[in-house]
Amino acid sequence: MIKSELVAKLAQANPHLYQRDVERIVSTIFDEIGEALARGDRVELRGFGAFSVKSRPARVGRNPRTGQPVEVAEKFVPFFKTGKELRDRLNSETETTAAPVPSEPVSSSD
Amino acid sequence: MGQTITRAHLSEAVYQEVGLSRNESADLVESVLTAIGDSLSEGETVKLSSFGSFSVRQKGGRMGRNPKTGEEVPIKPRRVLVFRPSHVLKEQINKALTVAKAAGASLTGISSTGSADQAAD
Repeated sequence: MIKSELVAKLAQANPHLYQRDVERIVSTIFDEIGEALARGDRVELRGFGAFSVKSRPARVGRNPRTGQPVEVAEKFVPFFKTGKELRDRLNSETETTAAPVPSEPVSSSD
Repeated sequence: MGQTITRAHLSEAVYQEVGLSRNESADLVESVLTAIGDSLSEGETVKLSSFGSFSVRQKGGRMGRNPKTGEEVPIKPRRVLVFRPSHVLKEQINKALTVAKAAGASLTGISSTGSADQAAD
Protein backbone atom coordinates (compact mmCIF):
# COMPACT_ATOMS: atom_id res chain seq x y z
CA MET A 1 0.00 0.00 0.00
CA ILE A 2 1.39 3.39 -0.90
CA LYS A 3 0.39 6.80 0.46
CA SER A 4 -2.17 7.52 -2.26
CA GLU A 5 -3.85 4.16 -1.63
CA LEU A 6 -3.95 4.88 2.07
CA VAL A 7 -5.55 8.25 1.32
CA ALA A 8 -8.10 6.64 -1.01
CA LYS A 9 -9.00 4.05 1.62
CA LEU A 10 -9.55 6.71 4.28
CA ALA A 11 -11.48 8.96 1.89
CA GLN A 12 -13.80 6.07 1.17
CA ALA A 13 -14.42 5.50 4.86
CA ASN A 14 -15.01 9.23 5.40
CA PRO A 15 -17.23 10.34 2.52
CA HIS A 16 -17.89 13.71 4.13
CA LEU A 17 -14.25 14.72 3.68
CA TYR A 18 -12.59 15.93 0.52
CA GLN A 19 -9.84 13.67 -0.71
CA ARG A 20 -7.40 16.58 -0.57
CA ASP A 21 -8.20 17.08 3.12
CA VAL A 22 -7.50 13.42 3.82
CA GLU A 23 -4.23 13.88 2.00
CA ARG A 24 -3.36 16.83 4.21
CA ILE A 25 -4.24 14.83 7.31
CA VAL A 26 -1.97 11.96 6.37
CA SER A 27 0.86 14.31 5.42
CA THR A 28 0.46 16.33 8.60
CA ILE A 29 0.78 13.23 10.75
CA PHE A 30 3.98 12.03 9.14
CA ASP A 31 5.48 15.52 8.81
CA GLU A 32 4.81 16.00 12.49
CA ILE A 33 6.56 12.73 13.37
CA GLY A 34 9.56 13.68 11.22
CA GLU A 35 9.79 17.14 12.78
CA ALA A 36 9.56 15.70 16.28
CA LEU A 37 12.44 13.32 15.56
CA ALA A 38 14.46 16.15 14.03
CA ARG A 39 14.08 17.99 17.36
CA GLY A 40 15.40 14.93 19.14
CA ASP A 41 11.96 14.04 20.50
CA ARG A 42 10.49 10.59 20.75
CA VAL A 43 7.10 9.68 19.26
CA GLU A 44 5.14 7.06 21.14
CA LEU A 45 1.97 5.66 19.63
CA ARG A 46 0.69 3.01 22.01
CA GLY A 47 -0.40 -0.15 20.29
CA PHE A 48 1.31 0.86 17.07
CA GLY A 49 4.92 1.52 17.96
CA ALA A 50 7.45 4.15 18.91
CA PHE A 51 9.80 6.25 16.80
CA SER A 52 13.03 7.46 18.31
CA VAL A 53 16.45 8.64 17.25
CA LYS A 54 19.66 6.82 17.95
CA SER A 55 23.12 8.17 17.55
CA ARG A 56 25.90 6.29 15.87
CA PRO A 57 29.26 7.39 17.22
CA ALA A 58 31.99 8.77 14.99
CA ARG A 59 34.35 6.11 13.78
CA VAL A 60 37.23 5.55 11.45
CA GLY A 61 35.99 3.72 8.42
CA ARG A 62 37.96 2.48 5.49
CA ASN A 63 37.64 3.02 1.80
CA PRO A 64 37.10 -0.56 0.72
CA ARG A 65 38.84 -0.05 -2.57
CA THR A 66 42.03 1.64 -1.41
CA GLY A 67 42.05 0.54 2.21
CA GLN A 68 42.58 4.16 3.17
CA PRO A 69 41.19 5.18 6.58
CA VAL A 70 38.31 7.66 6.37
CA GLU A 71 36.83 9.58 9.27
CA VAL A 72 33.10 9.05 9.55
CA ALA A 73 31.31 11.67 11.63
CA GLU A 74 28.76 10.85 14.32
CA LYS A 75 25.31 10.45 12.86
CA PHE A 76 21.71 10.35 13.96
CA VAL A 77 19.33 7.75 12.62
CA PRO A 78 15.59 7.24 13.10
CA PHE A 79 14.52 4.02 14.73
CA PHE A 80 11.13 2.31 15.02
CA LYS A 81 10.12 -0.23 17.60
CA THR A 82 6.90 -2.11 16.92
CA GLY A 83 4.24 -1.86 19.61
CA LYS A 84 3.06 -4.94 21.41
CA GLU A 85 -0.46 -4.92 20.04
CA LEU A 86 0.66 -4.60 16.43
CA ARG A 87 3.35 -7.23 16.91
CA ASP A 88 0.73 -9.62 18.25
CA ARG A 89 -1.61 -8.84 15.37
CA LEU A 90 1.08 -9.70 12.85
CA ASN A 91 1.31 -13.13 14.36
CA SER A 92 -2.29 -13.93 15.15
CA GLU A 93 -4.36 -13.32 12.05
CA THR A 94 -3.10 -15.10 8.99
CA GLU A 95 -0.73 -17.87 9.88
CA THR A 96 -0.98 -18.94 6.27
CA THR A 97 2.52 -17.97 5.20
CA ALA A 98 4.12 -19.39 8.32
CA ALA A 99 5.00 -22.98 8.88
CA PRO A 100 2.39 -24.75 10.99
CA VAL A 101 2.73 -23.40 14.50
CA PRO A 102 1.09 -24.45 17.73
CA SER A 103 -1.18 -21.65 18.82
CA GLU A 104 -0.21 -20.93 22.40
CA PRO A 105 1.72 -17.67 22.80
CA VAL A 106 5.41 -17.82 23.40
CA SER A 107 7.22 -15.30 25.53
CA SER A 108 10.44 -14.84 23.71
CA SER A 109 13.01 -12.48 25.07
CA ASP A 110 12.76 -9.78 22.42
CA MET B 1 14.02 18.58 23.23
CA GLY B 2 13.75 15.14 24.73
CA GLN B 3 9.96 15.33 24.81
CA THR B 4 7.65 12.46 24.05
CA ILE B 5 5.08 13.10 21.34
CA THR B 6 1.83 11.14 21.54
CA ARG B 7 -1.42 10.73 19.64
CA ALA B 8 -2.70 13.86 21.38
CA HIS B 9 0.02 15.99 19.77
CA LEU B 10 -0.67 14.51 16.34
CA SER B 11 -4.41 15.11 16.72
CA GLU B 12 -3.72 18.69 17.72
CA ALA B 13 -1.54 19.18 14.63
CA VAL B 14 -4.29 17.77 12.40
CA TYR B 15 -6.84 20.00 14.14
CA GLN B 16 -4.69 23.09 13.53
CA GLU B 17 -3.99 22.15 9.92
CA VAL B 18 -7.39 21.02 8.69
CA GLY B 19 -10.17 22.75 10.65
CA LEU B 20 -12.01 19.58 11.70
CA SER B 21 -13.23 19.22 15.26
CA ARG B 22 -10.74 18.00 17.86
CA ASN B 23 -12.71 14.80 18.22
CA GLU B 24 -12.75 14.08 14.56
CA SER B 25 -9.07 14.92 14.24
CA ALA B 26 -8.30 12.36 16.93
CA ASP B 27 -10.47 9.77 15.18
CA LEU B 28 -8.67 10.33 11.91
CA VAL B 29 -5.23 9.92 13.47
CA GLU B 30 -6.49 6.63 14.84
CA SER B 31 -7.93 5.62 11.46
CA VAL B 32 -4.60 6.27 9.76
CA LEU B 33 -2.75 4.05 12.24
CA THR B 34 -5.43 1.36 12.03
CA ALA B 35 -5.39 1.33 8.24
CA ILE B 36 -1.62 0.91 8.24
CA GLY B 37 -1.85 -1.86 10.83
CA ASP B 38 -4.57 -3.64 8.82
CA SER B 39 -2.49 -3.59 5.70
CA LEU B 40 0.61 -4.84 7.52
CA SER B 41 -1.20 -7.65 9.26
CA GLU B 42 -2.20 -8.89 5.82
CA GLY B 43 1.48 -9.08 5.07
CA GLU B 44 1.44 -6.06 2.79
CA THR B 45 4.23 -3.46 2.70
CA VAL B 46 3.23 0.12 3.43
CA LYS B 47 5.25 2.80 1.65
CA LEU B 48 4.95 6.43 2.61
CA SER B 49 6.99 8.53 0.25
CA SER B 50 9.51 10.86 1.92
CA PHE B 51 8.85 9.14 5.26
CA GLY B 52 9.75 5.50 4.91
CA SER B 53 8.33 2.06 4.46
CA PHE B 54 7.00 -0.56 6.83
CA SER B 55 7.34 -4.15 5.77
CA VAL B 56 6.73 -7.53 7.29
CA ARG B 57 9.53 -10.03 7.44
CA GLN B 58 9.12 -13.73 8.10
CA LYS B 59 11.54 -15.12 10.65
CA GLY B 60 12.25 -18.79 10.93
CA GLY B 61 12.04 -20.72 14.16
CA ARG B 62 15.22 -21.30 16.10
CA MET B 63 16.50 -22.48 19.42
CA GLY B 64 16.88 -19.64 21.89
CA ARG B 65 18.18 -19.63 25.41
CA ASN B 66 16.87 -18.01 28.53
CA PRO B 67 19.84 -15.78 29.37
CA LYS B 68 19.10 -15.96 33.08
CA THR B 69 18.71 -19.70 33.52
CA GLY B 70 20.58 -20.97 30.48
CA GLU B 71 17.56 -23.08 29.65
CA GLU B 72 16.93 -23.81 25.98
CA VAL B 73 13.66 -22.38 24.70
CA PRO B 74 12.29 -22.95 21.22
CA ILE B 75 11.45 -19.72 19.36
CA LYS B 76 8.67 -20.28 16.89
CA PRO B 77 8.59 -18.91 13.36
CA ARG B 78 7.09 -15.44 13.50
CA ARG B 79 6.53 -12.30 11.54
CA VAL B 80 8.28 -9.08 12.47
CA LEU B 81 7.73 -5.51 11.34
CA VAL B 82 10.64 -3.62 9.86
CA PHE B 83 10.70 0.14 9.34
CA ARG B 84 13.08 1.55 6.77
CA PRO B 85 13.30 5.32 6.92
CA SER B 86 13.45 7.14 3.60
CA HIS B 87 16.54 9.10 2.63
CA VAL B 88 14.56 12.30 3.04
CA LEU B 89 13.68 11.48 6.64
CA LYS B 90 17.18 10.29 7.50
CA GLU B 91 18.71 13.44 6.08
CA GLN B 92 16.19 15.71 7.81
CA ILE B 93 16.94 14.15 11.19
CA ASN B 94 20.68 13.82 10.81
CA LYS B 95 21.10 17.40 9.58
CA ALA B 96 18.95 18.97 12.26
CA LEU B 97 20.55 17.06 15.11
CA THR B 98 24.10 17.49 13.86
CA VAL B 99 23.51 21.25 13.78
CA ALA B 100 21.80 21.20 17.18
CA LYS B 101 24.66 19.32 18.73
CA ALA B 102 27.26 21.64 17.22
CA ALA B 103 25.29 24.51 18.76
CA GLY B 104 25.70 22.86 22.14
CA ALA B 105 22.31 21.20 22.64
CA SER B 106 22.41 18.38 25.13
CA LEU B 107 20.20 15.96 23.16
CA THR B 108 18.91 14.09 26.14
CA GLY B 109 16.82 11.10 25.24
CA ILE B 110 18.90 10.01 22.30
CA SER B 111 20.59 6.77 23.07
CA SER B 112 23.83 5.83 21.49
CA THR B 113 23.90 2.44 19.87
CA GLY B 114 27.47 1.81 20.90
CA SER B 115 28.32 -0.12 17.78
CA ALA B 116 29.05 2.06 14.83
CA ASP B 117 28.10 -0.46 12.20
CA GLN B 118 24.82 -0.17 10.40
CA ALA B 119 23.51 -3.56 9.57
CA ALA B 120 22.08 -3.82 6.09
CA ASP B 121 21.22 -0.23 5.40
